[in-house]
Amino acid sequence: MRLLVCVKRVPLTGGKMVLTADEQALETRHLGFTISPHEECGVEEAVRIAEQHGGEVTVLTLGPPEAEEQVRETLAMGAHRGILLESGPDEWDPQGTSAAILDAIRADEAANGAFDLIVFGNESADSGNFQVGVRVAYALGRPVVTGLKGLSVEDGRARCEQEVAGGRDVYLVALPAVVSVLEGINLPRYPSVPAKLRARQKPIERSAPERPAPRLAKLRLVAPAGHGKQAQILGEGPEAAPAVVEVMRELGVT
Amino acid sequence: MAGVLLLAEHEAGALDELSLQALTLARELAGGETVNALLVGDGGREAAGLLGAYGVASAHVAEDERLAAYAPAAWARCLLDLIERLGPDAVLAAGTNRGNEVLAHVAARLDLPFAANVTELRGGSAGGEAVAAGGIELVRVRWGGSLLEEARLEGAPALLSVAPHALAAASANGAGAPTVEPFSPELEEPDLLVQVAEHVDTVTAGISLAEAKVVVSGGRGVGSADGFAILEELAEQLEAAVGCSRVVTSAGWRPHTDQVGQTGTKVAPDLYIACGISGATQHVAGCKGAKKILAINSDAEAPILASADYAVIGDLTEIVPAITAELRKARSSQ
Ligand SMILES: Cc1cc2nc3c(=O)[nH]c(=O)nc-3n(C[C@H](O)[C@H](O)[C@H](O)COP(=O)(O)OP(=O)(O)OC[C@H]3O[C@@H](n4cnc5c(N)ncnc54)[C@H](O)[C@@H]3O)c2cc1C
Ligand SMILES: Nc1ncnc2c1ncn2[C@@H]1O[C@H](COP(=O)(O)O)[C@@H](O)[C@H]1O
Repeated sequence: MRLLVCVKRVPLTGGKMVLTADEQALETRHLGFTISPHEECGVEEAVRIAEQHGGEVTVLTLGPPEAEEQVRETLAMGAHRGILLESGPDEWDPQGTSAAILDAIRADEAANGAFDLIVFGNESADSGNFQVGVRVAYALGRPVVTGLKGLSVEDGRARCEQEVAGGRDVYLVALPAVVSVLEGINLPRYPSVPAKLRARQKPIERSAPERPAPRLAKLRLVAPAGHGKQAQILGEGPEAAPAVVEVMRELGVT
Repeated sequence: MAGVLLLAEHEAGALDELSLQALTLARELAGGETVNALLVGDGGREAAGLLGAYGVASAHVAEDERLAAYAPAAWARCLLDLIERLGPDAVLAAGTNRGNEVLAHVAARLDLPFAANVTELRGGSAGGEAVAAGGIELVRVRWGGSLLEEARLEGAPALLSVAPHALAAASANGAGAPTVEPFSPELEEPDLLVQVAEHVDTVTAGISLAEAKVVVSGGRGVGSADGFAILEELAEQLEAAVGCSRVVTSAGWRPHTDQVGQTGTKVAPDLYIACGISGATQHVAGCKGAKKILAINSDAEAPILASADYAVIGDLTEIVPAITAELRKARSSQ
């Protein structure tokens, strides 16, 4: 089986979102980077399917050259090869992102054969557009099921499970198909040191697509109101217990 | 006729609160022009009748037995039919799983931009002129609510979903009953390739995290899976649900169903007790809907203190059992 997972490099913000002076981006000078937990689970899911049925997992990202770091992390989780679409400094809107991913998929499929399964995160961690996977699926003319908490592949079909009120909805789709997954579908592995070393040797193909003018255009970022409270300190250590219970009583939750 | 069109979700005729919230923004965007709604599935006509109070003039009920089970592309087809017939300036849905999914399908078919999880419109963005003039300015959610983005959305019709709980559902004054117009969408076979084939019921034991009045939540500071025993005991005293941070689920101490945050569950209890949780923005995104937050943390500088209302500084392994004991004492002396 050929499997593809799409991931996006995002800053690992801590307790506070700090903006650059021009309010166009997060201040990332002191931050590490990662991918969305949904996408991490997507990588794990694809690697498990390849382990079970045989096959190759490709990981694709559109991001700055530094996104190689995130691709290497997924290669350490067991993916086989990477595709890095270098994006330049400006943000891509979801239509532009989808178009670049689509072109890369078409080029790779022309050379290496169709992907049986393409896996997305349900939404990107930072921009949360809830659409790139659906757009790519439409352009490829393949079925797409989103928000999965369960997935299994059998006899050319995918059984897809969503968590909904009171239980699970199940979809059965024929491969090739596109899915998007949620954190919780599996518990991703921690790559071992040897796996990390092997990842350094795995191939990453690079290209640099042209960024189209955004049609959903970011004007500026704003921190939401209500940040920066100052907690009332009820005390230190176990001696604070009576004060805590007093507050609980006031709140009517005891 | 222009105006706007909203996908109104309902469960067997009972309107979804989030769709009613979305109607508040839909009315503002309509700027006095017609508000249309689409209803799909059993009970559509009953739900349609209730929409007048929220300013809907025309409720279009898609009727076809193949729509009995949810199929995202088929729902999108219903919207596409109405877009063609009514020519709305904007098409909206609530920012739910289904709302976002169906609008993404519509956007993909029409190759139009789509803005997910909008919280408000910026000045001058109401009415058809704004759409015709090349874009509406809006504010939308990023990072699960930890950050907002001002953006300009192009495209006619404008496609947008409304972030849950950004706006209140408000009834519109003087509105009468809407005209209810059943129609048969032009469904094609590919629209039904992805459709719910089966529903599996799961029985959940205990108090649901999303609906609990009190949540006792633990982070890395709890130290181990066994460390949660003292949190369970406190939760029992308060009839609370137990939650946790992502560090805890990644370590395998608790199942992901307990995780609170951007990629976990969003909770809105009266009291959220964060034990040994640092207060990363992605965690706070899931608990900031709580009326009050109590942080128990050994670090007086932990970021969670800037999101909490109350704090106790110290070792949670001493503090949590002390609170449980104090509650027991109070009960036995009553
Ligand atoms: C896209 C994305 C999505 C994410 N989604 C989520 C999500 O849904 N939910 C989530 O929780 N995280 C999420 N995260 C992870 C998040 O960024 C943090 O890594 C995580 O929340 C930290 O968990 P923690 O507070 O338990 O651990 P830490 O940050 O390590 O904090 C531990 C805290 O415990 C305190 N402590 C230690 N020992 C004790 C003791 N004995 N007594 C009292 N206090 C003690 C420490 O002072 C510290 O404040 C996400 C990250 C990304 C990038
Ligand atoms: N820049 C990108 N590079 C690779 N994949 C992406 C990128 N942006 C979004 N995706 C994929 O599309 C999913 C949905 O993104 P979005 O529509 O932005 O919420 C993400 O979880 C990723 O799997």
